[in-house]
Amino acid sequence: MSDAEPPTLNAGRYEAVIGLEVHAQLLTDTKLFCGCSTKFGAGPNTQTCPVCIGMPGVLPVLNRKAVDFAIKTGLAMNCSIALYSRFARKNYFYPDLPKGYQISQYELPLCLGGFIEILVDGEVRRIGITRIHMEDDAGKNIHEVKGNYSFVDLNRAGVPLMEIVSEPEIRSPKEAAEYMKKIRSILRYLGVCDGNMEQGSLRCDANVSVRPVGQTKFGVKAELKNMNSFRFVERALEYEIRRQTKVLEEGGNVLQETRLWDAGAGITQSMRTKEEAHDYRYFPEPDLVPMAIGREIIDTVKNGLPELPDAKRERFSVRYGLPEYDADLLTSERAVAEWYERAVSEGGQPKAVSNWMMGEMMRMLNEDGISIEDCPLQPGRLAGMLRLIGNGTISGKIAKTVFEDMFRTGKDAETVVREKGLVQISDEGAIEKAVDEVLSKYDAEVGRFRSGDEKLIGFFVGQVMKATKGKANPQMLNELLKRKLS
Amino acid sequence: MKLNELTISDVRKLLDNREVTPRDVLDDTCKRISEVEDRVRAFITLTGETAYGMADAAGEAIKSGETSLLTGVPVAVKDNMCTRGIPTTCASKILYNFIPPYESTVTGRLTRQNYVMVGKTNLDEFAMGSSTENSSFHTTKNPWNLDCVPGGSSGGSAAAVAADECIAALGSDTGGSIRQPAALCGIVGLKPTYGRVSRYGLVAFASSLDQIGPITKNVTDAAIMLNSIGGHDPSDSTSAPVDVPDFALALGQDISGLKIGIPKEYFVEGMDKEVEDAVHAAIKKIESLGAFVVEVSLPHTGYAIATYYILATSEASSNLARYDGVKYGFRAGGKDLLEMYMNTRAQGFGPEVKRRIMLGTYALSAGYYDAYYKKAQQVRTLIKQDFDNAFSQVDVIVTPTSPSAAFRIGEKATDPLQMYLSDIFTISINLAGVPAMSMPCGFTKTNLPIGLQLIGRHFDEESIFKVAYAYEQSTNWHTRRPQL
Repeated sequence: MSDAEPPTLNAGRYEAVIGLEVHAQLLTDTKLFCGCSTKFGAGPNTQTCPVCIGMPGVLPVLNRKAVDFAIKTGLAMNCSIALYSRFARKNYFYPDLPKGYQISQYELPLCLGGFIEILVDGEVRRIGITRIHMEDDAGKNIHEVKGNYSFVDLNRAGVPLMEIVSEPEIRSPKEAAEYMKKIRSILRYLGVCDGNMEQGSLRCDANVSVRPVGQTKFGVKAELKNMNSFRFVERALEYEIRRQTKVLEEGGNVLQETRLWDAGAGITQSMRTKEEAHDYRYFPEPDLVPMAIGREIIDTVKNGLPELPDAKRERFSVRYGLPEYDADLLTSERAVAEWYERAVSEGGQPKAVSNWMMGEMMRMLNEDGISIEDCPLQPGRLAGMLRLIGNGTISGKIAKTVFEDMFRTGKDAETVVREKGLVQISDEGAIEKAVDEVLSKYDAEVGRFRSGDEKLIGFFVGQVMKATKGKANPQMLNELLKRKLS
Repeated sequence: MKLNELTISDVRKLLDNREVTPRDVLDDTCKRISEVEDRVRAFITLTGETAYGMADAAGEAIKSGETSLLTGVPVAVKDNMCTRGIPTTCASKILYNFIPPYESTVTGRLTRQNYVMVGKTNLDEFAMGSSTENSSFHTTKNPWNLDCVPGGSSGGSAAAVAADECIAALGSDTGGSIRQPAALCGIVGLKPTYGRVSRYGLVAFASSLDQIGPITKNVTDAAIMLNSIGGHDPSDSTSAPVDVPDFALALGQDISGLKIGIPKEYFVEGMDKEVEDAVHAAIKKIESLGAFVVEVSLPHTGYAIATYYILATSEASSNLARYDGVKYGFRAGGKDLLEMYMNTRAQGFGPEVKRRIMLGTYALSAGYYDAYYKKAQQVRTLIKQDFDNAFSQVDVIVTPTSPSAAFRIGEKATDPLQMYLSDIFTISINLAGVPAMSMPCGFTKTNLPIGLQLIGRHFDEESIFKVAYAYEQSTNWHTRRPQL
């Protein structure tokens, strides 16, 4: 099937049941159980030590900051924090897993029973969070393209991860993508994960099944892996739902299996069946003592939580009178929201600031491929430019040119306007002179206008603007033209 | 008398008075090793030049007045403790070429004291066994009778101490691996409280049971060693942040009024008569020194071996997964990854290690976990409670260390269950996590040593030292040496 084909959920006869397992890499400086750096992109095996490469006799020591980050996340997602939790070993053999087991959590995870809310088609949906637990990451196998060798890079081995497991309450690929976006937004607000799906610091597996509408029992599920963007999550789920629906419609049975998303082909493919599934032989990690989290620690973390996206969106729409769409967009990233509020606090009219940010600014950030933190333009300068529009120094049209310059150079609006000579011509005499010149040049058009072809007013405006390099005060120009042509 | 025949405290005096140098002590030790080692075979690696370097460093330290408890003392280290730059094999083919780039916390502490490491001693492969017969390299002989095993798994360390090939040694004890060989070799071995000594750098067999401890010629030396190696280590989350008292202060204290418990479950039919008599005589002796002797009950003792062999093997099956031929150690070829894994582990591990990996893998498997691992954890709690209850009535519990004296090489080698029973009196102690010592309390008619086990409360090694020292002072078993 091509990815252009729209999802057919078969006219409501079947519904999908989706649960997501999101892996988020924590933004700690060091690994979960040793002091090695977690920086991305270093030379192979340069960020390793006896502990994270699984040498004999070494022992893990838990990274305190990673626990704080996980507690933070749990609280932000309305989970209860377990006062007593513990790590467990997940056993399997693979070259990128140096210990022969992953240190994860199984029976007693750190966070339990929360939820987040997402906005889908104007409707708020609450998606339950079953649990959030901590674990260490594996390394990376690198296979020689031609040749007989495979290599193992253990820089990533031991990097702290959180696994956020949702309830099977997601009902469509679109909801799944919104859920992922909200998770990412919250994690970035908290500063616990950079949310970079391409680099793999945010990853997602999906459990998906299909059942006839009205049936309460879940269908047989497939686990989807290897979806490293929001778009792929959505597309992989769309494909898989269509596939399973087709199997059921043709009277077949869906197999319980793990399937890989192939982004190139736009399909999912079987990786292993239930029979081939690993028996991970979980058992409590005897090298670490159970985690006892005191109430005072939880309270401290709770008090330190920032305002989260939902609360901020609510406040933006009430305080600044913004439409829901604006409030949602401006609050999905903490840095964007903060930029917005600074621009407003420096005098920018709330809706005007929103328009400029969502329009020109987002467009240019995307074009330049930079984040708002790296943008030279300071919020106060946008407010300053809006003042120049308000007092008639520049027109809205000229402002676009001014903005572009400000965006790239970081200069303030007055400077740009002065340097480029962009001050609006509001001198009636100067505009009149330009109007007169245009009207005398285009005799024939004037005649047609006067005999009823009023659309030609646009033509005259354009010609005058051209003559004044766009600086004529549009309002004055309009009035003058009307007067002279009547 | 040769310097290698002395105890730590004797050598300390001579060194501190500058009557001898660490080189002198090491000279005598090396001479002894060259005389007897080909018969005893206690070592896997002898450190030679490295040892002399350490002795010279110790000499310099003494000259500049920076002397610690073990400065200049020749110590043997069980070959499952990582020593930087020196092979650490665990007596396994799979680690035959492994040289750690890091130091275990315990040997690191001794190094800071300028001890002299004379070599790495033999053991049952990955400390799994009770005789050293499971070593991939060779079997160590009991210095009292070269046809007998020295016990295990710390058999190399125990034999080295008994044969005066060192002054003291380090062992590790998961189910009796310090105490049983100490008993069979007629010396003192102490398994400290779980969490008293750091496990960092001790190659794991069963993480929740493993503990490093001293093997020495007398009780005083055991106290000196524990003073040197004990204490919290931030690199081991299971090491307890509790203060380490000066155990030497417990020595020589009056034991009158102390309550000694004798668990009725430990004196049962089928036990070796000579062992039983020697232990009863020792209890009488302790009573005569002023202690009260009372009977106590440890009702879940009968389940200890089954519980142990589920929990220890489960942990081992996971701990030994890292030996896969990918990163270090032995690797066998194969046409693909799976075949390389299988060949490496099939050829790299010996039969007992494989048996335990399979047992543990089975016990943790889906569908069996609740019946085996989980149930065993529950029984472990009951065994722990047995000790808590007993220790609410008494201060120290006394039992035999091993049901028999040293057995002959090959006698139990083909019968794993018989071999597992060698640890019947020591295993519960690891499950409960409490400290216990073995010390000599007599000899059989054939002149083989018999061990007495003294068990204390959690983090109360002091009471063990008190009783052990008082008993040792009133007997002369510890002064006997094997003729080699």
